[in-house]
Amino acid sequence: MESTSLLKLDKICKSYYGNRVLKDVCLEIKKGEIHGLVGENGAGKSTLMNILFGMPVIQQTGGYEGDVVLEGNQVCFTCPSEAMDYGIGMVHQEFMLIPGFTVAENIKLNRERTKPNVISRLIGKKMETIDVQRNRHDARASLDRLGMSFDEMMPVGGLPVGYMQFIEVAREIDKENTKVVVFDEPTAVLTESEAEQFLDTARKLANDGLGVLFISHRLDEVVSLCDRITVLRDGEVVALLNRGEASIQRIAELMVGRQINRLADRKKTVQVNKPILEIRNLAVEMPGEKVKEFDLDLYEGEILGVGGLAGHGKIGIANGIMGMYPATGSLVKQGKSLPLGDTMLMLQENMAFVSEDRRGVGLLWDESIEHNIIIAAMQSQKKFLKRVTPLLTIEDRKKIHEHTLKMIKDLDIRCVGPQQLVKRLSGGNQQKICIARAITLSPDILFVSEPTRGIDIGAKRIVLDLLLQLNRDLGVTIVMTSSELAELRSVCDRIAIIYEGRLEGVLPPDAPDLDFGLMMAGEFEHKGADQV
Amino acid sequence: MIPEQKELKPNTNSPLIKIKRKLIEFAVPLLFLVLCIIGAYYARLQPSFLINEIIMRMARNPVLVLALIIPVLAGMGMNFAIVLGAMAGQIGLIIITHYEVTGITGVTVAALIAVPFAIVFGYLTGKLLNRAKGKEMITSMIFGFFAVYVWQLFFLVFVGSIIPMRNEKMILSTGVGVRNTVDLVGIRYALDDIIKIRDLPGITIPISTLIVVALFCILITFFMKTKLGQDIRAVGQNMEIAAISGINVDKIRITAIIISTVLAAWGQIIWLQNIGTLNTYGSHVQVGLFAVAALLIGGASVAKANIWQVLLGTFLFHTLFIISPTAGRNLLGDAQIGEFFRVFVAYGVIAVALVLHAWQKHSAAKNK
Repeated sequence: MESTSLLKLDKICKSYYGNRVLKDVCLEIKKGEIHGLVGENGAGKSTLMNILFGMPVIQQTGGYEGDVVLEGNQVCFTCPSEAMDYGIGMVHQEFMLIPGFTVAENIKLNRERTKPNVISRLIGKKMETIDVQRNRHDARASLDRLGMSFDEMMPVGGLPVGYMQFIEVAREIDKENTKVVVFDEPTAVLTESEAEQFLDTARKLANDGLGVLFISHRLDEVVSLCDRITVLRDGEVVALLNRGEASIQRIAELMVGRQINRLADRKKTVQVNKPILEIRNLAVEMPGEKVKEFDLDLYEGEILGVGGLAGHGKIGIANGIMGMYPATGSLVKQGKSLPLGDTMLMLQENMAFVSEDRRGVGLLWDESIEHNIIIAAMQSQKKFLKRVTPLLTIEDRKKIHEHTLKMIKDLDIRCVGPQQLVKRLSGGNQQKICIARAITLSPDILFVSEPTRGIDIGAKRIVLDLLLQLNRDLGVTIVMTSSELAELRSVCDRIAIIYEGRLEGVLPPDAPDLDFGLMMAGEFEHKGADQV
Repeated sequence: MIPEQKELKPNTNSPLIKIKRKLIEFAVPLLFLVLCIIGAYYARLQPSFLINEIIMRMARNPVLVLALIIPVLAGMGMNFAIVLGAMAGQIGLIIITHYEVTGITGVTVAALIAVPFAIVFGYLTGKLLNRAKGKEMITSMIFGFFAVYVWQLFFLVFVGSIIPMRNEKMILSTGVGVRNTVDLVGIRYALDDIIKIRDLPGITIPISTLIVVALFCILITFFMKTKLGQDIRAVGQNMEIAAISGINVDKIRITAIIISTVLAAWGQIIWLQNIGTLNTYGSHVQVGLFAVAALLIGGASVAKANIWQVLLGTFLFHTLFIISPTAGRNLLGDAQIGEFFRVFVAYGVIAVALVLHAWQKHSAAKNK
């Protein structure tokens, strides 16, 4: 292997609104090297990539510190096309392909070969004719280089998902000056054999002298493919492993390892023999968060954590049960079988949901605090209504007001008054409103998804305390879904880890880091769901 | 963006399925073809009259419909704001009538004067539509209505008072405002008459105008094969991906609207040189509506359109226009009913097409 440094990220620091997300991150890619980058969600991988690609969000939030050095020259990209001009290619996690265009058109998108004509000579380059044959030829050459045989003139829309990834790669290597290619979770949507083929492709590219940065959650692939592996945790590089030093266990441990501050200091009083909710064969069609065949028993009075990596379906579970997305399977609550897909019924059955999508689903953005808190209870349980005449019911202003004031006081919602619009509140306070609405339903099961997403550290603590308090004082059974494992481990009694839409296993919060890491990577031997 | 989860389509080579596909694809034009045939039967018009009328309309109308294609391909839907283009064309015509430039020179000068106006109007429309992504059609429609009244204010109040205009034939007797109708006698048939075939009894064929129409068709076909055309198609398919590939999406969309507006200006001039009088406050009002209806009848959708749909649609829509008053009178004893019918058709087709499109989009999103 040659040892010339191709791309070097040196002491990169970045903070969003005073929140430090990257700290002194160093990463070097050599010529012909495949470099792995692993880390949990929120470890700072995306931010690092955003810096590398000059995504506008970086500049908008105050830029970054540290140096990006490409072939010995210091560079600072302010927009993605600049990064592309310098030879940095990106294969996106979501396909950036136009379905109505042919494979060739997609590969040559905005880099089409053109030939001049009469009009272009008068008006300018924009009027040059597209040279279909040469574009086709170029596309073919790139596909051949990848060992792909499918027709370059087919529209992308009808192709199997597996091909699309290769088209993306073909596009990057078609760029003449590509020096570094970044693969962001390239194998997530591929079948095993496709993934195998894909890894071969990556090796081929590295042999051709490109630098490859490989970001993946599939640790087995990272271990077998990469020459060196950088492990990120909480915005810091915790290890740089060479081939041979790295094993799945080692990486898993490094990724997760951190001190856990246990917030819940109580002794367990959960009755394991008394399930309050039995979930069987749950499948949810939530785009990007599909759940397939999920089985779990929820015990009365517990706080169950649901964890796993993004895209593996943890978000889909609560959404499916509450009828936000089409779901199939069976659901038995306290011996009573419930049909899936009826949100109103679920609310009436005393199950409440705090959505992860606070802005879209969670809150009535342009409405008052008051309305946001009472709306669900009013709709589903006819609370806060008074009958004026037999045919006319109106809202009970006095009761609403009293209840809202109580909630504001109890949950310590910082606001000007019950009439303030929720969009004017901070993220933490908005989250409290969501929880207040759920409490108003007086549920016995509360689903909370990503309760601390997008709120600052102080508020996070308050929200978590609030959930604990609910559980302790009101006996509410809580199912908390979160991308932050540390958070789950600090409050939950049991933590279920989801991998590829299925339950990978259930762990106690004090289980070793290694187990969590392995489970999230799907490498844990399938232990029974009820073993804990 | 959610990655598409489509599997390879099942075998679609069975001839029966192919025929069925074609039938569905051409359902709208076929329906209108049937309507036209029934209408023609009941109208009992003289064939030579009917053919003559159709040829005349096929010469004077397609350019206005062609103006719609590029915004559709740019993903902006039907550009109802071609009304502004029509206005630009009319400004050109009013100016040349004022200075009494006549004949084909007059038409050419009017077309040239119209261009800067159309570019400015198109730029403004494009800017506006960029702020209303996803709602371009309704925005362009309302913007068109708005422009109609700005036009009125301008030509009814400002011309003669703020802007001096002394041609007595054009100004109202009060000295302020342009007359309701401006006689375009100086340029009437100026384009049509360059080459005209009158060999057949009752039928005149304005070859020169037809050639101009053909040229515009070729120009647009050529244009869509250029780099700019490819960019427009990419933006039309997916703005996000186009932007990531380094295409300046907003600029491309504005360009598409400018081209559309300029074409509409020329289309309106071609139309009015055939009509011969300018209805100052009325000629442009329904240009957008009728052009959109024609294109939709031709089988286009708000996301897909081509030259052949323009030509077919213009043919069918205008045939219906010619026959419906007489067919209405013969069938129901009242020409007015036929007239109602064709306005009903224009609006109805647009409504149905929009609903269909929304429905298709919805079910496509569901199937993902």
